[in-house]
Amino acid sequence: MNVAIDATSQDPSEAANSGPAGCIRLGMDKPLELDGGGTLSGFRLAYRTYGRLNADRSNAVLVCHALTGDQYVAEQHPVTGKQGWWDLMVGPGRPVDTDRFFVICSNVIGGCLGSEGPKETDDATGKPWALNFPVITIADMVRAQKMLIDHLGIDQLFCVIGGSMGGMQVLQWAVSYPDKVYCCLPIATAARHSAQNIAFHEVGRQAIMADPDWRLGDYLNQGTRPTKGLSVARMAAHITYLSEPALHRKFGRNLQDRKSITFGFDADFQVESYLRYQGISFVERFDANSYLYITRAMDYFDLAADHGGVLANAFRVTGPDGRLTGTPVKFCVISFSSDWLFPTSESRALVHALNAVAANVSFVEVETDKGHDAFLLDVPEFYQVARGFIEGHAARRGIAAKVG
Amino acid sequence: MAVTSLLPPAAIRSDLESIVDWVEAGSRVLDVGCGDGELLHALVHRKQVDGRGIELSMDGVRASVARGLAVIQGDADTDLKDYPSDGFDYVILSQTLQATRHPRIVLDHLVRIGRHAIVSVPNFGYWRVRADLLLRGRMPVTDRLGHEWYETPNIHFCTIADMVALCQDMGVTIERSLILGADDRAVPAPADSVRANWLGVQAVFLLQRS
Repeated sequence: MNVAIDATSQDPSEAANSGPAGCIRLGMDKPLELDGGGTLSGFRLAYRTYGRLNADRSNAVLVCHALTGDQYVAEQHPVTGKQGWWDLMVGPGRPVDTDRFFVICSNVIGGCLGSEGPKETDDATGKPWALNFPVITIADMVRAQKMLIDHLGIDQLFCVIGGSMGGMQVLQWAVSYPDKVYCCLPIATAARHSAQNIAFHEVGRQAIMADPDWRLGDYLNQGTRPTKGLSVARMAAHITYLSEPALHRKFGRNLQDRKSITFGFDADFQVESYLRYQGISFVERFDANSYLYITRAMDYFDLAADHGGVLANAFRVTGPDGRLTGTPVKFCVISFSSDWLFPTSESRALVHALNAVAANVSFVEVETDKGHDAFLLDVPEFYQVARGFIEGHAARRGIAAKVG
Repeated sequence: MAVTSLLPPAAIRSDLESIVDWVEAGSRVLDVGCGDGELLHALVHRKQVDGRGIELSMDGVRASVARGLAVIQGDADTDLKDYPSDGFDYVILSQTLQATRHPRIVLDHLVRIGRHAIVSVPNFGYWRVRADLLLRGRMPVTDRLGHEWYETPNIHFCTIADMVALCQDMGVTIERSLILGADDRAVPAPADSVRANWLGVQAVFLLQRS
């Protein structure tokens, strides 16, 4: 049993319904065992919840955030003041309906918005962890989330949903805890990080580490911040989240507040100005070391490698008769036609593996020119598919349309 | 807002109705080219099958998933090879075989993946179709074959006799057949009869590999 510092209630469902706030300490008795060796005990996990847990605790939905996301999925962000990052998906009347479901979203470990990560203080030294923080994996993030779910008194999640790195966590949940997930939606994701994905991440990391203010990761102790490096990392990554047609539609070769090119290196083009803005606004809310750790976790993700090189084996479970059988988890895999970072071919590979074990899987490639970021944007067909899948399975699971 | 219907579906096409009859309750079914999930929905609700679907069009997949069905976007010509042998009790291909690029290969996969395959095809040997070509000299356009030759998705037309011959050639057993004539009335004739090939607008076959 994990001990929560701020939880005074003894009944776990009271813990779940006691309010949306939360940064708890988990793994006090039994530490979190990490893939890379070592453990984390008494680690912080920051989370938000929306809606109410029903009496039989069957209506919990876990939302997993992407690389630079956080737990503020459906409410104003405390740092940027912006709307929740997925308020098209999560909220009253949305596909993940907060009048119907109890929605949980936690900041991943390694993150920088309250959960244990390189920015937080290492209790052993009283100083920020910085590069002394252990390298973590997607599976480690999911193990930490599982501790949170246990703490909230939830035996089985109705649904786990997420896009991009969030989708990796979704897949890891289904693989690690097939009997704890009723259905799931891995969106714009893959069962492994490709060489190209790793390459882009390496560019970002090198940009951060090349910033003199990075100070070998020790910048928090030395009173500097590698904002230039982090900003360049974000600029490069941001390009990969869009598509060429989307960029062209938005900016073309339009000039920024000027009639002609200046024959200099100022931001002549709107697209340059846009990227610079993306970089600058990002550094206000994100920690450079966190960026290193989380991109690394994504790079290491490879479900097939964890299962003898055969992806389908990741989705085999031992049945009641002791024989291997297909996973009981129901999948809705969604990709976007213009996503070249996590292309449809990756989703198809996943679907083929699920078919090979006769899993219950739906798959849609949504037509859009909005690129990888489409899962965060207003693409009506995408939300229709998600809604249909979630409502269909909620009805089958016997979850009332409103929490009584 | 999408409505997820969990009520029993309304009346369905007559060839689909006979497919529902043939499928054993509680079996595992793969519907290849499931459209908006009409048949699969009927099977799930009336025969309590564990049903899966493959559909090429995004609209069809979306409609199916919105009905709570497990359907993947895919192509019968390219995606069947990824399904394990004997993964299903029934694999259904309704009014789609003639639209595939490689019907023989597709049929081979159907009887490999399923213990049984249920295949329905429009009959190009139907007398009206023959008459159209004979008398008008034009490619036939009928209710079932409602496309002009230059825009039809049906690229491999066959007759009932052709299907019977192909099954023989492939060593596939026709366990059962149903010939549907004008107005979807059953024609009481065996599939390998001349009568069936003249009077059948379409045929439904229950197949099994030998």
